[in-house]
Amino acid sequence: MQSVIYMDNNATTQVAEEVIEEMMPYLRDKYGNPSSMHTFGGQVGKQIAQARQRVAALLGCEPDEILFTSCGTESDNTAIKGTLSSYPNRRKVVTTRVEHPAVLTTCRDLERHGYSVSEVGVDGQGRLDIDELGFRLDDNTAMVSVMWANNETGTVFPVEQIAELAKARGIVFHTDGVQAVGKIPINLKDSSIDLLSVSGHKLHAPKGVGVLYVRRGTRMGIFMHGGHQESGRRGGTENVPSIIAMGKACELAMRDRADENKRIRALRDTLEKGILSSCPDCFVNGDAENRLPNTSNISFEFIEGESILMLLDQFGVCASSGSACTSGSLEPSHVLRAMGVPFTAAHGSIRFSLSRYTTQEEIEFVIEKLPPIVNRLRELSPFVKT
Amino acid sequence: MWDYTDGVMEQFHHPRNVGKIDNPDGVGEVGSLSCGDALTLMFKLDAEGRIDDVKFQTFGCASAIASSSVLTEMIKGMTLEEAAKVTNRDIVNKLGGLPDQKMHCSVMGQEALEAAIADYYTRRGGTAPTTQTGSIVCTCFGVTDEEIRKVVAENDLTTVEEVTNFCKAGGGCGGCKERIAELVEEVQGQRASVEHKAKPTRPAKLTNIQKIQLVQETINAQIRPTLQSDGGDIELLDVEGNKVLVAFRGMCAQCKMAEYTMKDVVEARLKEFVSDDLFVEEVKD
Repeated sequence: MQSVIYMDNNATTQVAEEVIEEMMPYLRDKYGNPSSMHTFGGQVGKQIAQARQRVAALLGCEPDEILFTSCGTESDNTAIKGTLSSYPNRRKVVTTRVEHPAVLTTCRDLERHGYSVSEVGVDGQGRLDIDELGFRLDDNTAMVSVMWANNETGTVFPVEQIAELAKARGIVFHTDGVQAVGKIPINLKDSSIDLLSVSGHKLHAPKGVGVLYVRRGTRMGIFMHGGHQESGRRGGTENVPSIIAMGKACELAMRDRADENKRIRALRDTLEKGILSSCPDCFVNGDAENRLPNTSNISFEFIEGESILMLLDQFGVCASSGSACTSGSLEPSHVLRAMGVPFTAAHGSIRFSLSRYTTQEEIEFVIEKLPPIVNRLRELSPFVKT
Repeated sequence: MWDYTDGVMEQFHHPRNVGKIDNPDGVGEVGSLSCGDALTLMFKLDAEGRIDDVKFQTFGCASAIASSSVLTEMIKGMTLEEAAKVTNRDIVNKLGGLPDQKMHCSVMGQEALEAAIADYYTRRGGTAPTTQTGSIVCTCFGVTDEEIRKVVAENDLTTVEEVTNFCKAGGGCGGCKERIAELVEEVQGQRASVEHKAKPTRPAKLTNIQKIQLVQETINAQIRPTLQSDGGDIELLDVEGNKVLVAFRGMCAQCKMAEYTMKDVVEARLKEFVSDDLFVEEVKD
């Protein structure tokens, strides 16, 4: 098999070797239940406490504000449904049109239960109008949920500012931080964010573990009933190996974040410049200034994304597309549509998302391979005027 | 990831007959940008009336390119009468199969060929023996009742979902699913009984809470998908008696057609699904 050039890190990441080493003993020998009274199980509990501290350190909060879940989607569901059940007299949720389906689908489902959901739009660069969001807040609003960074374009939203708006009106603020954590500095202690969702597999921990940050004093109903685990806020025996892994992944992110993200940003900029200078009729989607350092979403006019991906796949290059053809639905990316990106350009969008494992050689390889692919597909396209 | 056959991958990686022909005898253009794919097909006949040269250009995914490419191979050397008999099923078989959600790619190929043949006859001042007519059923993707009857009969389809996979009809706002179900029944009626989807019954009398919930459900299921597909949105603000207060969001908020949409889409749907007494008012922020 040829080597894989993995540039789809906003979908999932490679588990770090150090993380695998850290979790392995808990898959083999240290299989005790942390709730047990014996030392064999109890020692596992201590390691979970350490993992909790490591996550809290990365987020800039207290360990008792960290709740382990099974994934980012569970964290989002818990945050939204748990908050609403605590404020039975408030029947409105304010969110954005560019949220991940974990939030958007959850909110739209609430409408079937008598809630009203207000979705704030974005401009052509994917930016939110904070004033418009502010106008939507009223006494009936239970919570606001706005993602920290968009998974498709990498656009970073001013969530700390939005959290202040919400706080001023006594409204709970949740942010889906799945793409932001580990990529940009986060210090929850200094913010008014009440709830934040994290996913393990987006930051080099395995799939199947997530985190929900719950600010001390935040009222939140229980989503998963069961035992006394997680201080009674989330039942179910702990996913011990993955929680240990999550702790280690956060420790690594804490240690390397500043240096790595500087390096990744430089690689991303090289990739972007290389593609834009060698392929005519393409442009970058998203907010150039406030953007994750690892993400580049590029629209190629006149050609369709799935075809580009399949030709890249020939060379082992992994990326993703906002084209309808890749999704099984007939609609292109809801994020690009909300930004008003024209249909062809939305169908022809490719997202490259880098990680700490991306190398200069890989960037150069993609810059070399992409232009012939684009040219070839444009020869096939009826929209290219010759 | 799609499970494409070797036939699809071979045609995608090595497409045949790409490009244009100078002074073609017939040109067919189908699909549109909003559908996410488009195909232009053109041919030239030899002295005996057989397809001597054929070329295509496609905007679309691997299966769209493969379907167009294999079709050009199939029809080369055929008379127009023979070519007109090629169905989307023939294209699929030649490729060794297509994923369900990609069946419309083969239909697009067959439609482009049909359009090119019709164009040939039009250029000569006549009409094609098999010119398709019919009225639009799916307004989102511009699919006619004739086209739906055809894919249903040729592929032995029995559900609305299958029809959507084959020709996209019903895949947008979903407002035409009822009509598609009727067409399936009409075609398959003699051969197979089709589960008829009953029109949602309007309750005779509603409590206030029931009315508000039904208004919200109707907005979510019947109205929002249409607006969202155009980059807009709508929010239910309040219901006062029979007055429904809504606000347009996104693209709709600036849209010049908003007033029309309000009466002809929002109010009409609410009257249809909830109560004839309802009327709608727009609230501007």
